[in-house]
Amino acid sequence: MIEAAALRKRFGAVEAVRDVSFRAGDGSITGLLGPNGAGKSTTLRMLYGVLTPDGGSARIDGLDIRGETSAARAHLGVLPHAAGLYGNLTARENIAYFGALHGIGSKPLAARIAELARALDMESFIDRRAKGFSQGQRIKVALARALVHDPANVILDEPTNGLDVMAIRNLREILRNLKSQGRCILFSSHVMQEVASLCDQVVIIGRGSVLAQGTLQEVRERSGSATLEEAFLEILGESEGIS
Amino acid sequence: MMRALFIVFAKEFLENLRDRRTLVSALLFGPLFGPILFGAMVSRMLNQSVVESDEPLSITISGGDRAPNLVRYLESQGVRLHAEALSEPKARARVRSGASAVVLIVPDDYAPRFKAALPAPVFVVADSSDSQTRKSADRLRRVLAGYASSIAQLRIQMRGVDPLLAVPVAVNDIDVTTPSGRAVVVLGFMTYFVLFSMLMGGLYLAIDCTAGERERGSLESLLSLPVSRGALVGGKILATCAYMCLSLAINLTAFVFVFRFVPLERLGMSANLGVGTALEFFAICLPFVPLGAALMTLVASFTRSYREAQTYLTSVLLVPTLPIAFASIYSLRTKSSLMFIPSLSQHLLMTSVLKDQAIAPADALVSSASALVLALVLIVLTARHWRRESMLG
Repeated sequence: MIEAAALRKRFGAVEAVRDVSFRAGDGSITGLLGPNGAGKSTTLRMLYGVLTPDGGSARIDGLDIRGETSAARAHLGVLPHAAGLYGNLTARENIAYFGALHGIGSKPLAARIAELARALDMESFIDRRAKGFSQGQRIKVALARALVHDPANVILDEPTNGLDVMAIRNLREILRNLKSQGRCILFSSHVMQEVASLCDQVVIIGRGSVLAQGTLQEVRERSGSATLEEAFLEILGESEGIS
Repeated sequence: MMRALFIVFAKEFLENLRDRRTLVSALLFGPLFGPILFGAMVSRMLNQSVVESDEPLSITISGGDRAPNLVRYLESQGVRLHAEALSEPKARARVRSGASAVVLIVPDDYAPRFKAALPAPVFVVADSSDSQTRKSADRLRRVLAGYASSIAQLRIQMRGVDPLLAVPVAVNDIDVTTPSGRAVVVLGFMTYFVLFSMLMGGLYLAIDCTAGERERGSLESLLSLPVSRGALVGGKILATCAYMCLSLAINLTAFVFVFRFVPLERLGMSANLGVGTALEFFAICLPFVPLGAALMTLVASFTRSYREAQTYLTSVLLVPTLPIAFASIYSLRTKSSLMFIPSLSQHLLMTSVLKDQAIAPADALVSSASALVLALVLIVLTARHWRRESMLG
């Protein structure tokens, strides 16, 4: 479970996040939806603890990311917006590096990587150097790297960026799988269909605050719209004062 | 923490071992550049000086028939003469074009003035901006001065005066340089090559594991791990140190090898750069390794891209040269108070080893301690910088 409570963050004169509170539950996929520059990445970065909030708190399975950083992070897998690999290492070594840094012993680590290679269909390139990987292969390795310690919670920042249709379908399948294993999945996106087809719950943020949240159904009903896209525009429009 | 530090170290070490750019610069170009350049330079210097003293001086002489006695004297001193009648402008043009190195002109009034015991003029036409012909001209002048003084002594003697009266001061040179001391003049900047190659060894790794990590986009994932930033920074600096040590070892081995083949003894020098000296050099430089690694990692941590880091770090490579340049300009001698200055203290200690001088243990201690303390400060600063949000870029 991932909880954000009244998160605030300011960069100089820009108030990137004003007031963001929501809760992403276990065994469900939560989509953080918002236009570019709405504060999605900043919110996620505070949740995985690389940015310190100016106010509010972030908890992973009840563990405070500031006070109990290491314990909280052990429960959390992260796929940041820029999820580059080490080109001179093989896919296996890339994953193993992170696994080792999580403190996993070499035997269980090898077993875990074999399991991930099977689950993410990486067996054909697992021992190749990452230098020439396609975007789809790269995202799989980065995802495996984020999942190597078998975290109960997973945060993904715009994971479908730059992926082709096949890779996106693939990723969707993977996320559904993770959900069915009872994990809490939180991902950000500005692509409506993606969120609509995948999420159990959406959190719409604009200009650094939560504008609406709930199940897809609830969000649609609240704005009286037939599709998520219309609801999204409706809700954003209200906040911009153009409705 | 130590476990994570070692994991980071092992990964950076391995990853860069697979990187051609790092390998070439850290383990090939960096450490071998100095010794090869040095060997080539010293051999050339040696050949030149040997050639110069062995080869007979060869000049063009115009109007030699006016001074048969002088010509005989020159020939008796082993000077090769090519007689050719040249006017002064022609002689100038000849030297300027390089067709003749030096032209000696004996003018019309030489013989009458010589006979009248008045100063008889000769002209030495040479190009003093060309080191080769300048040396030939200097040798010719020395021969001419010898001729003049022997004539003067004969004239004084013929007038019944003791020729020794004309030699009021007898100058004797006593050169106190030892053979290895003379070599230090030649080897003086070798210490710089040693420090340079050492830094060069860690340069690319320091860039790769900071700015490179950011440029690749792997930094944020790394920073989201439950690992202390101190362990990350420590592992990276340690890997940089390892490459610097490798580079230093290759560099010193190459120097030992090169000096086997450079005949320094022919210049009356003894370069005691054997395996023992190389080991002493290694020990002297070792405390400087973490300092250089921390400095490069800190500077590279502030940069956004590989390119930017490269630009800044090349200036960092020059930092250790400053105290050394300063030392040679003011010809500083080894003093205990200078042992607090890293790079300068390493330079002075290495020079002492080359000169066969004993090193005071206190000096060695101060030199190592000051480098290590400064390294620690820089490591702490780097770790602190890595804890800041601006690290994400």
